[in-house]
Amino acid sequence: MNDVPTVPDVAFDKVSKTFDGRPVLNDVSFSIAPEEALCIMGRSGTGKSVTLKLMVGLLKPDAGSIRIHDRDILKLDEDGLSQTRRLIGFLFQSGALFSPFSLNDNLALPLQRLTKKSKEEIDALVQTQLDEVGLGNDRYKMPSELSGGMQKRAGLARALILQPSILLADEPTSGLDGVTAREIDDLLLKLKEKGKTTMVIVTHDIRGVRRVGDRLAVLDQGRVIALGKLQELQEDENPLVRALVSEDCRNEH
Amino acid sequence: MRAADKGALQTPQGEQILPLLNAFLEFMGNLGLFALRAARRAFLPPFELNMICRQIGEVGWSSLPIVVSSGLAVGLVLTLHTRSTLVRFGAESMIPTVQSLAFFNEIGPLVAALLVAGRVGAGIGAELGGMRVNEEIDAVEVLSVDSFKLLVIPRIIACILALPILTVFIDVAGIAGGFLAERSASHISLHLYLNRAFSMVGWATFIPPTLKTAVFGFIIALVSSWFGYNAVDGSVGVGRAATNSVVVSSLLIILTDVVLVKAIFFLFPGTAI
Repeated sequence: MNDVPTVPDVAFDKVSKTFDGRPVLNDVSFSIAPEEALCIMGRSGTGKSVTLKLMVGLLKPDAGSIRIHDRDILKLDEDGLSQTRRLIGFLFQSGALFSPFSLNDNLALPLQRLTKKSKEEIDALVQTQLDEVGLGNDRYKMPSELSGGMQKRAGLARALILQPSILLADEPTSGLDGVTAREIDDLLLKLKEKGKTTMVIVTHDIRGVRRVGDRLAVLDQGRVIALGKLQELQEDENPLVRALVSEDCRNEH
Repeated sequence: MRAADKGALQTPQGEQILPLLNAFLEFMGNLGLFALRAARRAFLPPFELNMICRQIGEVGWSSLPIVVSSGLAVGLVLTLHTRSTLVRFGAESMIPTVQSLAFFNEIGPLVAALLVAGRVGAGIGAELGGMRVNEEIDAVEVLSVDSFKLLVIPRIIACILALPILTVFIDVAGIAGGFLAERSASHISLHLYLNRAFSMVGWATFIPPTLKTAVFGFIIALVSSWFGYNAVDGSVGVGRAATNSVVVSSLLIILTDVVLVKAIFFLFPGTAI
């Protein structure tokens, strides 16, 4: 299995997780270098989203260790975990915008709580971030007034508002039409080109992987069955890996 | 538990008792921990004043129409019923007094609490449940914002503050309903009706029962928030959270009322006639 020689931003070491006795992740190990974009693919129910939630401490593994910026998040207290989460942006599959708040308030919330910025500074930052994702004119809309693609872009804007060093994206293009999916990929690509952000992207979209990903991990039955550059995996001996990375079975949803 | 006791609980009829008892004790334990967490966090900054004001509007202002109209209707019906009985004993003049004592002591606080449990409890359970299954609560947590403080504490404070105020409104509406019914039957004047209604009402009759609804408000918000905050299983789980919020908080309100009434009688012996 490939490993990264520098101190990784994210490192999983023999991580296992079960739900109601059913193993979802089994002895999973991998690491992600700073500013690298790792894509994770696999069939539904193979633990991809669980992997992301473990990284941010929303779930706890049954065994193994998870290190973020060389800190074992399982050994952190509540404050320590909160500090670590400030370094991570999370784009949820549904966008998961906070429904009682407007788009503006969704983005302003972490800035108000976690920084000492003035109202004017927060207003300016929110506007800049919304402009970046093309939602500058929708600032005061409620989440229910936004389309699926807009919610994803808004979720991305919120995930990036604290300028995290790690971005976790859970199926950022699922359920979107080709054009909107490409727009989301463009935003991720732009972020990657800026540098400074490590990305972990769970996806079914091989085109997105080709455009944004540096490496690809394939999960199956709770195990990493392949990890490497896309070109390498196209020649993999496992037929599932070859099927997932082939253009033909792109974007099953 | 002694072996003999355990055996008794595992008789054919009692096979279901032990798991049910376990589930009940587990629920009460979890609810207790949830309450402790709320008590601890409520006094720590940030104090979420915007969210508290928003929730007071949701709990108090939005519940006002249903509380006032119900109070009016219950007041009317209560007078119609008591009139037919009291007239037989020649105690017609006692109708306003009976009406006000019944409303201030028990009917107002209990009906207000049950109405709020139905309207607001279901709302809190469904709203927080929806946020949980849509990953909104996870998203807030990932932003390093304390979701418990943002979502649960304001609802608890709002219910504690709003319910005594709503109780005053239902009391007034109940007296008004009673007056309308009595006026149509006996043409009594408002002045005389109020004189009779308040002839036996002292501060001890009014303040403790009204303030006890703060406890009911705490129960409604706590139980509903617990079910919503811990909802699982998608939209089915949201529905279950809403239903359980109403059922469990209503039941706990009625059971707690027994204890609180005894406590009020103990602390204010004059109210226990």
